[in-house]
Amino acid sequence: MYLGLDEPVRECQYNQICTRNSLPMETLGHKKKKIPRRKWQVFPGRNRFYCNGRVMMARQTGVFYLTLVLIMVTSGLFFAFDCPFLASNLTPAIPVIGGVLFFFVLGMLFRASFSDPGVLPRATPDEAADLERQIGAANGPSGPGYRPPPRTREVVINGQTVKLKYCFTCKIFRPPRASHCSLCDNCVERFDHHCPWVGNCVGKRNYRFFYLFILSLSFLTVFIFAFVITHVILRSNRTGFLSALKDSPASVLEVLVCFFSVWSIVGLSGFHTYLISSNQTTNEDIKGSWSNKRAKDNYNPYSYGNILTNCCAALCGPLPPSLIDRRGFIQSDTPQPVSHSNGSSMYASTQLHTHMAAATPLLHSNSVMIGGGGPPFPGKSSLVVPCASLAPSQPSLPSMPGLSCAGDMLTLRDPDTHCHHHHFASPEETPSPSGPMPLTLPCAAHMTHGGHIHPAQLYDPASQDSLHEDSVRGLVKLSSV
Amino acid sequence: MTHSLQDMRQQAAIAAKVFIQRDYTNGTVCQFQTKFPSELETRIDKQQFEETVRTLNNLYAEAEKLGGSSYLEGCLACLTAYTIFLCMETHYEKVLKKIAKFIQEQNDKIYAPRGLLLTDPIERGLRVVEVTIFEDRSLGR
Repeated sequence: MYLGLDEPVRECQYNQICTRNSLPMETLGHKKKKIPRRKWQVFPGRNRFYCNGRVMMARQTGVFYLTLVLIMVTSGLFFAFDCPFLASNLTPAIPVIGGVLFFFVLGMLFRASFSDPGVLPRATPDEAADLERQIGAANGPSGPGYRPPPRTREVVINGQTVKLKYCFTCKIFRPPRASHCSLCDNCVERFDHHCPWVGNCVGKRNYRFFYLFILSLSFLTVFIFAFVITHVILRSNRTGFLSALKDSPASVLEVLVCFFSVWSIVGLSGFHTYLISSNQTTNEDIKGSWSNKRAKDNYNPYSYGNILTNCCAALCGPLPPSLIDRRGFIQSDTPQPVSHSNGSSMYASTQLHTHMAAATPLLHSNSVMIGGGGPPFPGKSSLVVPCASLAPSQPSLPSMPGLSCAGDMLTLRDPDTHCHHHHFASPEETPSPSGPMPLTLPCAAHMTHGGHIHPAQLYDPASQDSLHEDSVRGLVKLSSV
Repeated sequence: MTHSLQDMRQQAAIAAKVFIQRDYTNGTVCQFQTKFPSELETRIDKQQFEETVRTLNNLYAEAEKLGGSSYLEGCLACLTAYTIFLCMETHYEKVLKKIAKFIQEQNDKIYAPRGLLLTDPIERGLRVVEVTIFEDRSLGR
């Protein structure tokens, strides 16, 4: 007998029966033989994972190896050729300090390169559907093929109006200061920039490591430069300049590398020190989000007002945990986010069922597919996303790591032209007649095709079973008999 | 009267899901909107729900708090080249465990008896608090 919904307290009790982190093998007997997969193996972004998910980097790692080689070779030459002379003639503290600096630099580099920069996991199908419904209600009805107006939300933070943009790839409204990295195809919290030298994005979780890396690298570069010069001078006093150079040829190479690096790396450290003290990201600084030139009363709402507090917050504040749980096991009933492959939105069967069950009372299947089939190309982002895609292809001098990061910043200045070049056709937020429209046609075709499949599957009793198994975890109603 | 697990699970069908979005008016700190969603009006008391969200917000604020202890932890970690976190949990992680326990407790005591289930926001990337509404259907009588 079905009792009315208006009676909140039931005579039957709901009891939780299932524990939280059980593996799929334990919950469903017939899946015993399957090896559970870890979440990094199905991660939708363009990242590379190593060491069974412990290490996370961007796809292009060539430049990172270059950085590593430069640092290790220069330091190696310093320790091998200059340090013996300096240790015996000046003080053994020099190689010791050099060693400490070297290991600190490497440690920070690895930490910045290998950790999760603060990637925001993509929305689950239910969330995406719910957002679509809200946006659809706000915008009014739209037929297939018509591009809806830009999806933004405004929020007032500390007196400043900030626009939150909707990310078509991740299907979320980006939190303030988050941005979508087109190279890694992820939304990253407090996105600073994508650094090819570090082989990763620099965001909320690894910004301090990146800053400490460039700061300590500045010290190391200056240190090596100074002491190699000292070494050559001391030797020249004894044997003459040319024979000094002949005795330690490595010094020439070291001086060259350090000379060019010093300008760029020290410059970059200075720039980031300024950013930290004003609590801005590279992204915001380049766009001039908080500059007075934009509007008279424009100010940075995130700044704590005080340089010391800003620095402490950025460097010594609490380290937030990774939101993507890359080493976790995939639970069969956990909704996996929609991953966009070129031109199609694929739903796994489990999330399809969960999604349809949730979708039925919430919205029609058509509008679901509109959301899913929107811009079919991966890496779609709003125009303001830093498009550092050209950075690796720029012919930057290998001995100028800092300059290339500055090079990243230069490309950011005109994202329009570059973004159009990089993406298939960067869909604009406002509808334009020529460019994106053709893209929506295959999308519409896909939508109707997709639309035909779902209703049939909804009423399949077998799928209803798996729907309940997959989506209901441990809520059991005991009969009151 | 005994029922198989399958039967009992089939009874608890999902009627709808409500998502409590983030509240960014205080910046990027993790806070959730305390506005009471209309879909829950028939199921739970407004005060109770707002109390739950408010407590959650306070817990997240505690996790992200800037103060003497967090600075100390940060400096110590930097000095040990962050190797200290191999043995020790960060403050944030400790508070996240507290939050998980709190949500479990709330589900057991308040939400499950009303046919609702709160999902820990960390499982949704701290974007939303997902409230699953289960259909009210008693077993055949």
